[in-house]
Amino acid sequence: MATEGAAPAGLRGRVASALRLDDARRGWRRLPALVRTLVPATLLLAVAALYPVYYESTLAELSVPVIRQFPSVSTAVIMLVFMMMAVGLNIVVGYAGLLDLGYVAFYAVGAYTAGWLASGHFQQVQVHIGSAGISPELRGIHINLWLVLLIAGTITAIAGILIGLPTLRLRGDYLAIVTLGFGEIIPQFVRNADSLGGFNLTAGTFGINPIDSPGFGEGLNEALGLPINFQQSFEKVNLFYWGALALLVITVFCSVRLRDSRLGRAWIAIREDETAAAAMGVPLMRTKTWAYAIGAFFGGIAGAYYASFKAGAFPSEFFFNISVFLLCMVILGGMGSVWGVVVAGAVLAYLNQEGLANIGSWLNRETPLDFEVSKYQFGIYGALIVLMMIFRPQGLIPESRRKREIQEGVHEGDTLYGERHA
Amino acid sequence: MSVEAGRERPSPLDALRRGGGPGPVAVVGVIVLVLVVAALIHNFVEAPQAFINVSLIGLSTGAVYALVALGYTLVYGILQLINFAHGDVFALSGLISSSIMIDVLHLSGGETAVVIVAGLAATLAMTMAGAATLNASIEFLAYRRLRGQPRLTMLISAVGMSFIVQNIALAIYDVNYQSAPPLLPSGAVFTVGNVSLQWDKLTVILVTIPVLILLTWLVRATKQGKAMRATAQDQDAAAMMGINVNRTITFTFVLAGALAGAAGVLFLLQFQMRYDTGFELGLIAFTAAVLGGIGNLAGAALGGLLIGFIQAYNEGLAHWTLGGDWTRSMVFGILIAILVFRPEGLLGERTPEGV
Repeated sequence: MATEGAAPAGLRGRVASALRLDDARRGWRRLPALVRTLVPATLLLAVAALYPVYYESTLAELSVPVIRQFPSVSTAVIMLVFMMMAVGLNIVVGYAGLLDLGYVAFYAVGAYTAGWLASGHFQQVQVHIGSAGISPELRGIHINLWLVLLIAGTITAIAGILIGLPTLRLRGDYLAIVTLGFGEIIPQFVRNADSLGGFNLTAGTFGINPIDSPGFGEGLNEALGLPINFQQSFEKVNLFYWGALALLVITVFCSVRLRDSRLGRAWIAIREDETAAAAMGVPLMRTKTWAYAIGAFFGGIAGAYYASFKAGAFPSEFFFNISVFLLCMVILGGMGSVWGVVVAGAVLAYLNQEGLANIGSWLNRETPLDFEVSKYQFGIYGALIVLMMIFRPQGLIPESRRKREIQEGVHEGDTLYGERHA
Repeated sequence: MSVEAGRERPSPLDALRRGGGPGPVAVVGVIVLVLVVAALIHNFVEAPQAFINVSLIGLSTGAVYALVALGYTLVYGILQLINFAHGDVFALSGLISSSIMIDVLHLSGGETAVVIVAGLAATLAMTMAGAATLNASIEFLAYRRLRGQPRLTMLISAVGMSFIVQNIALAIYDVNYQSAPPLLPSGAVFTVGNVSLQWDKLTVILVTIPVLILLTWLVRATKQGKAMRATAQDQDAAAMMGINVNRTITFTFVLAGALAGAAGVLFLLQFQMRYDTGFELGLIAFTAAVLGGIGNLAGAALGGLLIGFIQAYNEGLAHWTLGGDWTRSMVFGILIAILVFRPEGLLGERTPEGV
């Protein structure tokens, strides 16, 4: 292996040299690493940040083959939130190699924390802490949503630690089942906890709504022109979009920095060979618990933000399917590869939100098939997962280190997730 | 595999055996157990007949769980794989059996007893064969190529396969619930006081017991069973002894599929089913397998019955229970507690690879 840098051969190599791609590539490689990361990232970010502006003026009018039109801005918000969750899950599954089938539980905890701390759900009290653009007469707890996001992340991280402490010593496949169990228990708990000893904690199947929107309050509005409250703005969806984009950028930044930190190297060491890592002095339990807590933290923030965007937290949304959907993003992108997960997250979340329906109607229009694509979305994701596992377990955009692990194995017998199958 | 041997954690009961003070976990466990027994006794004293009726429900649901749990345990025993798709194979075969009864055999419930018994037997045989084929093809398509890969690769593939099978059921039967035609008399076989045994429950028990005996004989006494046990112990050594490992694993999946098929028919005789019935039931059955000790056949049967009783008592008894809303949480609570405190299950042996 390790063909990179060697003379390119075959058709691909000939095409590349004909297009002088190799020269460009070599020149690109000579640039400092910082430039190589920052330039595309900045370009991408600029395009992403301008998307809502151009969407209204031009993009919405354009018709695109097959998918009919560009994703609407509200779809884009959901895509960003799911990308954020996928990047969070990638820390657990991709970096540390712990299969988590109950990530939806963290999403639920985040969403309900937002529901408790930024809505009129608790009519018994009247608490306002830095609430922006919300009438001070309103009953219930109204904390500034940016603060709520942090609190939600923290509470979810604590929930992650509580789930992790008893279970992380289990072997990989048992851990998967236990996380799945928690992923099922927590949604059932929120569905049933509308009268815990007569106390209405979660409003049962009705869910908690409306949940406040984020905002910056009047002081910042006057000083910097920032919106008082997203809800009252004319371009509410755009504001949510930029907020989600900012959160995603922070998540990706933290994720990349964590990967290269001491903790991140410890995670990867555990993923590659738990026994060797322990022998080198990596504290297994603590390191794994950190992976859980940090993965949960981002899941909680994403859940809280999503709940605020939809102005409600409803128990019908927290399904096992969501956990698998997120896992599918991580697998498709390449476990451990942040950029891969971001791209796969965007594509899958788009497909889930409106892409599959559009492609389905295109198929039915252009071909004699009569096939309801969106009905079978999870069958499609299931097939994707199986195909990826069989043909390309390292993902579509693999992290180079991970690719080597899969292709070469780490050493005889022990690899990625502990022992191989006999 | 033996790497983990040094890190065996002591069972909470070890502290008691050694004569040291009981650990907090053991104390909590004993308290919970005492409370459960107290609740059961309380219910029995308050309404003995209702209690026995609920127990019969528990027995018949438990029998179905046991059959599905055996499928999990067989596959886990040989591949160390939690076959996620197993629950969905169960659901799909139950749905197919409804088609066999209605569309192939044209049973409507008005036939004579002999015809109905023969029809049920034919349905059972066809469904078991179909489910066995399906399960073996799943192994061939999604798992065989992943042997020798990291363990979680196969598990993830199984999760994907579960969704595929579920969607096949969705494509054939849509989202509607299917049920069996009223083949069995709706009345009771016999009634003592208010205690009555329904025909469907009797049928479940009458089918399950011979299936269990047959399975035990297959695994214990036949050459193929011996090959299975050898392959479970060490695939390479088994291959060197001339055992066809691929064929043995396929046989295991066939066996597990047949059990799921039988469970599907029996479930359909009692309840309605649809494409996603298998997900939850599969998880419950997996819990049963873990409760009894995964890889252990008697353990899976015992675990299935226990979970069946727990569910029936929780949903059917009037006093001191949480009620049906919490069944799923309870079952998963048990699963988590077992995995954390006694991963080898009730009847399982502590293996060196441990947990």
